[in-house]
Amino acid sequence: MPSATSSQTIGPFWHLIEHPEWADLTRFGTAGVRVTLTGSIIDGDGNPVTDAAVELWQADPPADENFSGFGRCRTDQRGEFRFDTVKPGPVPGRGNTQQAPHFAIALHARGLLKALVTRAYFVGDPLNETDPLLSSIEDGQRRATLLARPESDNHWRIDIRLQRGQQGETETVFLDI
Amino acid sequence: MQSEREGVPFRPYAPGTQPPYDASAYGSTHKRHPQENLVRLPHTITETTGPRFSTAHFSPIPDLSVVDGKSALGERIIVHGRIIDENSRPLPNTIVEIWQANASGRYQHPGDQHDAPIDPNFRGEGRVFTDDQGWYRFISIKPGAYPWRNHHNAWRPNHIHFSFFGSGFAARLITQMYFPGDPLLELDPIFLSISEEAARNRLVCALDMAVTEPEWALGYRFDVVLRGREATPMEG
Repeated sequence: MPSATSSQTIGPFWHLIEHPEWADLTRFGTAGVRVTLTGSIIDGDGNPVTDAAVELWQADPPADENFSGFGRCRTDQRGEFRFDTVKPGPVPGRGNTQQAPHFAIALHARGLLKALVTRAYFVGDPLNETDPLLSSIEDGQRRATLLARPESDNHWRIDIRLQRGQQGETETVFLDI
Repeated sequence: MQSEREGVPFRPYAPGTQPPYDASAYGSTHKRHPQENLVRLPHTITETTGPRFSTAHFSPIPDLSVVDGKSALGERIIVHGRIIDENSRPLPNTIVEIWQANASGRYQHPGDQHDAPIDPNFRGEGRVFTDDQGWYRFISIKPGAYPWRNHHNAWRPNHIHFSFFGSGFAARLITQMYFPGDPLLELDPIFLSISEEAARNRLVCALDMAVTEPEWALGYRFDVVLRGREATPMEG
């Protein structure tokens, strides 16, 4: 049986396939509570990553003709990205578990030979306490890297650090999927 | 049946077939690779499901070699291939995104400062969908090699960038297709980041006289395998 084809970096010039409207998951018309997720990507020197493709996927609400559940956004000169979407609800976990509401995030960039995968949960959601992934991470500072924080009503923010910062800032939890 | 299958995890990647995050010969990895261990996440519905793209919302761009009826400079090529998963099942109606440099080795991108001409008749982006048997096809121009600043006198081999989505978030694949016989391949830290020789050689397309069109364009074949699911007892 064949094994999966190898990954290679998206490189610095992937913007040839960039369409800014992809960052708005609600653009085809969709029901639900609108939320905005913003954030930044920071490298090991503390510099913004300005050439990344950030991809967002949410399994809830279920995809249909007007909601693909998927978005892509470039990072700008400050390393910032922004998605407009609808708030995900809880989804089943493995076995009889339940997962707290979350976005899946994949980072592609020059210097990443394959995607870096992480998640954004919503700080303060009561289901976070029993979420299988969050509760498996014992280090509280590391666990907190997966929590988006409110900027204002329905506007959440998450900053992603590819490496530990020079002032000791915690490296984001990345997932082996 | 679909909903049952969507919950089935993908298989782990075969050892040696995927590059590392930390590849010392590729300088851009130095400040961008994680230093902590990754947290292993058994697949849930978040990883086993993924987006679908329809031609209604995402119109195909099957020819990169012509803009407004004017032909790009360079060697016209036809690229085709089949997309299957690790269970040898074709992926029908799936989106394929394509981007590349022009024949001179220049991207139509503000960040590309290489002193080579831009070709206004070359469209650097393509988008096609596989048919019901997993086959895709597009027309382009053979991309040129170009210098990069990874090390002294570094040049990227001729390549075309590809993006595939597979049947779930964990099957996402972004890769590059190379051309047979390119002497730059053995000098390229990105190509060489894949430790298994057979795996990296599968990124090299093959000249395909069956799709080459006489007096018009050379054909190349590039087959792709996306992650397959663990054994699914309900299916034969």
